[in-house]
Amino acid sequence: MSETELREDTDPAASSAPDTATTSPGRQARTLRQRRTGPEGVKGTIAKIVLLGLVDALAVYVLIMLFLSQSWLALGVSAAVVLVINWIYLRKGGLPAKYLAPGVLFLLVFQVFVVMFSGYIAFTNYGDGHNSTKDDAIAAIQLTAQKRVPDSPAYKTSVLAKDNSFYLLFTDPQGKVSLGSTDKPLEEVSGAGKDSTGKAKTLDGYQTLNFQEIVANQQSILDITVPVSANPADGTLRTADGSNAYQFKPALKYDAAADTFTDTTTGAVYRDNGKGAFAADNGETLSTGWKIDVGMENFARAFTDPSLRGPLLGVILWTFTFAVASVALTFALGLFLAITFNREDLKGKKVYRILMILPYAFPAFLTGLVWSGILNPEFGWLNQTLLGGASIGWLTDPVLAKISVLVVNLWLGFPYMFLVCTGALQSLPNELDEAARMDGAGPWRVFRSIKLPLLLVSIAPLLISSFAFNFNNFNVIFMLTGGGPRFADTDRDIGATDILITLVYKVAFGQGTGRDYGLASALAIIIFIIVATVSAISFKQTKALEDVNS
Amino acid sequence: MNGSAPRTAAPAHQAEQGITTGTTDVEYLKSLQRRRPFGVWFKDKGWRHLVGVIVTIFAVFPLLYVLSAALNSTGTLVGSNALFSKIDFGNFTALFDMPSRPFAQWFLNTMVVGGVTSAATVFLGAMAAYAFSRMRFTGRRFGLLSLLLLQMFPQLLAVVAIFLLLSGISEVIPALGLGSQLGLIMVYLGGALGVNTYLMYGFFNTVPQSLDEAAKIDGASHTQIFFGIIMRLVTPILAVVGLLSFIGISGEFVIASVVLTDPDSQTLAVGLYSFVAQQRSENWGVFAAGAVISAIPVMALFLFLQRYIVSGLTQGSVKG
Repeated sequence: MSETELREDTDPAASSAPDTATTSPGRQARTLRQRRTGPEGVKGTIAKIVLLGLVDALAVYVLIMLFLSQSWLALGVSAAVVLVINWIYLRKGGLPAKYLAPGVLFLLVFQVFVVMFSGYIAFTNYGDGHNSTKDDAIAAIQLTAQKRVPDSPAYKTSVLAKDNSFYLLFTDPQGKVSLGSTDKPLEEVSGAGKDSTGKAKTLDGYQTLNFQEIVANQQSILDITVPVSANPADGTLRTADGSNAYQFKPALKYDAAADTFTDTTTGAVYRDNGKGAFAADNGETLSTGWKIDVGMENFARAFTDPSLRGPLLGVILWTFTFAVASVALTFALGLFLAITFNREDLKGKKVYRILMILPYAFPAFLTGLVWSGILNPEFGWLNQTLLGGASIGWLTDPVLAKISVLVVNLWLGFPYMFLVCTGALQSLPNELDEAARMDGAGPWRVFRSIKLPLLLVSIAPLLISSFAFNFNNFNVIFMLTGGGPRFADTDRDIGATDILITLVYKVAFGQGTGRDYGLASALAIIIFIIVATVSAISFKQTKALEDVNS
Repeated sequence: MNGSAPRTAAPAHQAEQGITTGTTDVEYLKSLQRRRPFGVWFKDKGWRHLVGVIVTIFAVFPLLYVLSAALNSTGTLVGSNALFSKIDFGNFTALFDMPSRPFAQWFLNTMVVGGVTSAATVFLGAMAAYAFSRMRFTGRRFGLLSLLLLQMFPQLLAVVAIFLLLSGISEVIPALGLGSQLGLIMVYLGGALGVNTYLMYGFFNTVPQSLDEAAKIDGASHTQIFFGIIMRLVTPILAVVGLLSFIGISGEFVIASVVLTDPDSQTLAVGLYSFVAQQRSENWGVFAAGAVISAIPVMALFLFLQRYIVSGLTQGSVKG
């Protein structure tokens, strides 16, 4: 390339005359280059165009769907991402970006963005009953709190189907026929076929359900609420049996000017209480609220709410104990085994090794479940067979449950440490050992003062990541004890073996208590801060360790 | 390396000769060994065997227990306590005969999700490692450091945000949102770079740069170098990363349980948990059968590729 440029530069006349002999050297060089990389280059270009085309086609589909759902922010961001991707792959140069872009894109969306999103959720009251905007909440309250309008007429009703959705065809007492469904407000129709009683039964383009079909689809038909008009305050029509419908009106009347709900029967007034819900003067709130920013309230609640503070402190303490003890136990056993079997002339070494690393190959989520059967206090093998019918609460006594969790995690984790320590031990030079012995050091002294410090240099980073892993070792805890036995001093589902991450999961997705995404995210943020601090400190320490030894 | 082969061969040859010609020496040595008192042997080697046997029992017992429970069609937790008292395949037939708990479908789902994710993880990770190892660009150091940092924070910490993000996506594009395996795979791919790039980066650096330079002089493009030279030379680390991410993904419970709600789309981890979540003791036999079947492929792969994995592990940790 530089050669042809040079040629063109030295001969200005040639560049001014575009054709004939003067340009041929440049063209020749180019064709030569093309011939060298030719076929692959073409293939590569085609592959690139096809791949980029597929990505763009998908992107356009996504953009259209975003446009249709009117999510403008997401649309803007997605469009920008698509433009950047095309720019990266269509421009010349910028090679690193071409190799990094796909992985980084996923990383940014599903690791970096979700973390920041967690941070945002932690400052809201997002959760059951606080799922959406205030406008949605107002509409939902009006829809759900419905009462039959007293003495309202009965509408004769038929159930029609079209494209797998159901519609109701009403005939009012005056004989007016109208059609509607949940998301299609009532609309007068003409040309309906009527039966002898004057009830409209058929409509062109729709299929009328017979009795059996109505029974078969009972639940979906009961769920149909046809808005009388676009204004939710006008009420809805519903049917309880598929043949008669009645008009229902909101039991709570919304006053847009005052932003209050009034109960039509008791007259109680519900006001926006500033916490994402409507509350009456006596403190009673409507169950449907909306999402608002609550500032530090989730964090404050975690450390002040009496039903949460005590258990949470216990959980944090146990999380640290569990992580540290797991690393210490697995490392101790692994190192001990590595030293024990670090003998060339030991018979059956290979057999021991294979059998001992089996737990590491066994899927981790199954480990907890299998051990929960062995340790089950009522029916488990340990109590029933080994201890001859004892009833020791391996998983139900707070202290024993903690020990059980540690033992199971030891089972799961020691093979890894065994493998790693064996590798590290074998990489230590033999001369060190010999030199120390010559100087009169005993085996213990050699291990303590020479091998262990050298070993720690290479193993310490692995111990730190092992700590970080165990800090969030969800599977063992959740599958073995489910966090139990539960603490007695709280009505929440928190137990003696719960670690922070299982608590996050239970608060956000647990059964029984309502989902509280805000609090769960706040707890997750606390884990983030702890893990970040611990790893920052310990990585600094290991760097110091390395410096000391080198 | 070359010189060591004849050197080791020579003593072996001599020893062979020794056996045929001077057998008396060998017998004398053997008798010496035999006469060594038990106490000395135990202090030197015996205790190692004792430790080995005890730890092996600890390591293997739960596996034997679950195998025995799987083969015992009594099916309850109590019935499984007498190990190998009864051997038949009733649990296995029952396992594949539950319409509400489609085990075969779960198995397939796990293979699909795990297979696609680990293949894509290997590819994305290798591309990133290639860029970091072979190219110099602004932000390279920052990129490497942030990857090292990011692997401290597993995705499951952000499970709430992932759930809400996917439920937002499913309102726009249901095929990628909650309940879809494709959505789950995308989420998993978010963690593709974090753990593996560093591991691969170290391995890529061991492939000499002079190889790519030679290829470049011969006119190879960067894609040809990447696919034709580098990817072939780093196959061991690709296998390790692929296998470890497959094992990780196939056992992942938290995110999978939140994203996949429909029994037909669930993975083994979510499905098998549902077996014993409510009534642990009644379904025990069937659960054990399912556990055996789901553990076998992973364990077989692991033992088969053991040597590679061990070398890969010492460079970085994935599971601890």
